[in-house]
Amino acid sequence: METKQNENIILEMRHIYKQFPGVLANADICLNVRAGEVHALLGENGAGKSTLMNQLCGLIKPTSGDIVIEGKVVHFNSARDAMAIGIGMVHQHFMLVPTMTVTENCLIGATDAGYLKLNYKQAAKRISELAEKYNLEIDPEAKVGDLAVGQRQRVEIIKALYRGAKILILDEPTSVLTPQETGELFNMIRSLTEKGFTVLFISHKLNEIKEICDRVTVLRLGRTEGTYNVAECTVNDLARLMVGRDVSFSIERKEGTEGEAMVQVRNLTLARDAHTNLLTDISFDVHAGEVFGIAGVDGNGQNELVECLTGAKHATSGTAMYEGKDLGKESTRQIMSSGVSHIPADRHKAGLILGMHLTENLILQDYYTPKFGKGALLDNRAIDTYASELIERFAIKTPSRYEYAGSLSGGNQQKVIVARELSRNPKFLIAMHPTRGLDVGAIEYIHGQIMKQRDDGAAVLLVSTELEEVMKLSDRIGVLFEGKLMGIVNPSETTVEEIGLMMGGTRLEDIRK
Amino acid sequence: MKIDKVKLKSTANRSLTSVGVSVAAVVIALVIGMLLVVAMQKNPMKAFTSMVNGAFGPGYFTETLVKMTPLLLTGISFALCNRCGLTNLGMEGQMYIGALFATLVGAYVTGLPWYIHVPLCLIAGFIGGGLWCLITGLLKVFCGASEIITTVMLNMIAQFLIEYLINGPMIATPGGNPQTKNVLASARLGTLIKGSRLNWGYFIALGCIVLFWLFISRSKKGYEVRVSGMNPTAALYSGINIKKNILLVTFLAGGAAGLAGCIEIMGVQKCIQSAFASGYGFDGIAVSLIGQNSPVGIVFGALLFGAFRAGGNNMMRKAQVPDSIVNVIQALVIIMVIGSQMVLEIMNEQKLRKQARKEA
Ligand SMILES: Nc1ncnc2c1ncn2[C@@H]1O[C@H](COP(=O)(O)OP(=O)(O)OP(=O)(O)O)[C@@H](O)[C@H]1O
Ligand SMILES: [Mg+2]
Repeated sequence: METKQNENIILEMRHIYKQFPGVLANADICLNVRAGEVHALLGENGAGKSTLMNQLCGLIKPTSGDIVIEGKVVHFNSARDAMAIGIGMVHQHFMLVPTMTVTENCLIGATDAGYLKLNYKQAAKRISELAEKYNLEIDPEAKVGDLAVGQRQRVEIIKALYRGAKILILDEPTSVLTPQETGELFNMIRSLTEKGFTVLFISHKLNEIKEICDRVTVLRLGRTEGTYNVAECTVNDLARLMVGRDVSFSIERKEGTEGEAMVQVRNLTLARDAHTNLLTDISFDVHAGEVFGIAGVDGNGQNELVECLTGAKHATSGTAMYEGKDLGKESTRQIMSSGVSHIPADRHKAGLILGMHLTENLILQDYYTPKFGKGALLDNRAIDTYASELIERFAIKTPSRYEYAGSLSGGNQQKVIVARELSRNPKFLIAMHPTRGLDVGAIEYIHGQIMKQRDDGAAVLLVSTELEEVMKLSDRIGVLFEGKLMGIVNPSETTVEEIGLMMGGTRLEDIRK
Repeated sequence: MKIDKVKLKSTANRSLTSVGVSVAAVVIALVIGMLLVVAMQKNPMKAFTSMVNGAFGPGYFTETLVKMTPLLLTGISFALCNRCGLTNLGMEGQMYIGALFATLVGAYVTGLPWYIHVPLCLIAGFIGGGLWCLITGLLKVFCGASEIITTVMLNMIAQFLIEYLINGPMIATPGGNPQTKNVLASARLGTLIKGSRLNWGYFIALGCIVLFWLFISRSKKGYEVRVSGMNPTAALYSGINIKKNILLVTFLAGGAAGLAGCIEIMGVQKCIQSAFASGYGFDGIAVSLIGQNSPVGIVFGALLFGAFRAGGNNMMRKAQVPDSIVNVIQALVIIMVIGSQMVLEIMNEQKLRKQARKEA
């Protein structure tokens, strides 16, 4: 299956090594990319994909090795140098200034930004033109902070195009997108490659790679495993190449463990202002031993619902009873200390303290309990043992437990959060996008862990924009649209089309009439 | 347990290099300073020796320690706020109010034995500074006011309040020097070495360093404070009450600075005079900066700046070099230390390259 090196190589990375303190992230990586192709990078969490791409876009320097663009060896001192040669990157975690407009964001670091006064009008006009040319709907005057995730990503892409990128690197672009948005992104990628752009595409979703990519380079433990033509590989081949073993895509489901209603949500309403609601009249139960899935396009009230259940926001009316407490009114500490665990949606913003050690991140929910020190002081020995145990149990890839959370790979960061929350043996687990950015092996593991919680009698509320995940894990599924529950269905009795209709705003009664 | 050794080795290595680089930064700053002395057509060797003598020479070193005492405390004050994500620029004002409280108790409350009077004054000073800084915390929590602005404004208020008091209501002898009455003998911190000004306040300040370490690195509350400072959203989601922490930290940080003012009065100056804090508050920022907000770092930072203050005095007297040269050198040190971070990074890069070659 190995492809020959041949014509039209636009970009070559030769024998790249990158050493981080204690981690050899890239070891002798070679990569050839042809002009006009969509080239995938595939590898487990921590395989070194982002690191490799960060070197290509000038953010960090290789420890050794050469980058060759169109036959010439190049050296980048900053992202600006890479940009000048036409390499633009959309990062796994966005790098936009939320308080600025789309245009202003595009102008940061651009060469034609103007010296004293920004060429704002001109830039806004060019952005509109670009947007039109490549089917990227966006308002140049919109403030980035007000945009949904999918739109922010578009801003990142436009930003790269605006600065003249010819080679576009997309680091896990789809992990935050809805299926519709992914479709739009793929259309855009196609129109870009037609116009001669080259795209480097990182994703853990193998069928996406099958769909959009021409060739794939597989990385394993920082080394190149090989480069293959995508058309010649099956999804299972890809998974095996990447993980080094066969991966099972289905899960085992024990039946009939469902118990009494652990959480009862009744008419939960959260007002935005006097006239509009963020959540309207939500009612559902989550039973012990059940996974209740919440499907829906991102931004339809999922965040607000979870905030109401975790004490971050107080419900305007309605109740959410759990063990005799109303979650809609309690404080976060009271909720979390009574057997509730929460895997938040945004790992950087809400889940981790990037500047702290793993040990300190792993105790975030329980540091105040006697387990980690009686009295006012922390018991470091207990914390260290606990952290080591979790790192081992959840296979978190890190040089040591004293590594900063910020220097772990994206997927391993997610594992830290999952490890922290699941190891508390919750009675009620709220999981938002628990496998976002994880490789297939890790997803397999975390799905297994969530199902284990369910089988052990926990009530699980699973919020995910990935329909496949929700369908696979849930015992029942509620679909949210504009803050309202469109209906509750049983995955074995429903179809993707039916859920799709509800996600688009049709009520279940109206569909099944 | 294998990991532990790794940690020990790597941190020891790292701190050794960073100490090395910091020392280099100081040396370079000194050299540039001496070049300035040459430019002023004064003898740089004489200036240098008199400065070193004034800081570390026999009979002088105690003066360095005296100057170091308030710097330790204002350094703690800044670092503590910084760990909680706050920028406290109000140590100067907090020192004034701390001194005021201590003087009120120390000069006007009579008839107490020293073992009650001294602790009482220290507590009063701590509470004075703490309450003053707590105003900032309250404004931040309830009105969202930026602490950078409120602390600076409270500095002005404190300064003019003291100015008014020592010229009016609290003046020791009406018509005389603008200063308060001396604190009573029972409220003074005893000197440690005869003939010097070094007093028990030095050990109180060092004790505060230990408490600071215990609080920030070992205690649960300190952990909360660090989480609130580094990622408020994560703090919120884990149920940490950020507002309460801000109030606590502003009170404690203000208290530390207040203690600085209080010790300066009880141990050194005996009464409040105009502008007695003489920049100790602001130097605390530099001390904490050089020490990277860490307890040990603050000790070194305070020692360095204390030495500059003591040495500068001596240099001015012996070599007729204006002590503003010392200010220049201090500023250079700060720039160099910040610049040295870059040097450290480059050195790191090279080390990693070697390591990669070995592993490959
Ligand atoms: N700044 C850094 N400092 C230290 N180690 C780092 C740093 N950045 C990455 N690493 C380490 O390098 C390895 C590769 O990380 P990288 O982010 O490239 O993985 P990845 O393939 O993108 O994984 P994911 O799919 O989880 O995003 C990881 O083990 C990570 O811990
Ligand atoms: Mg990555």
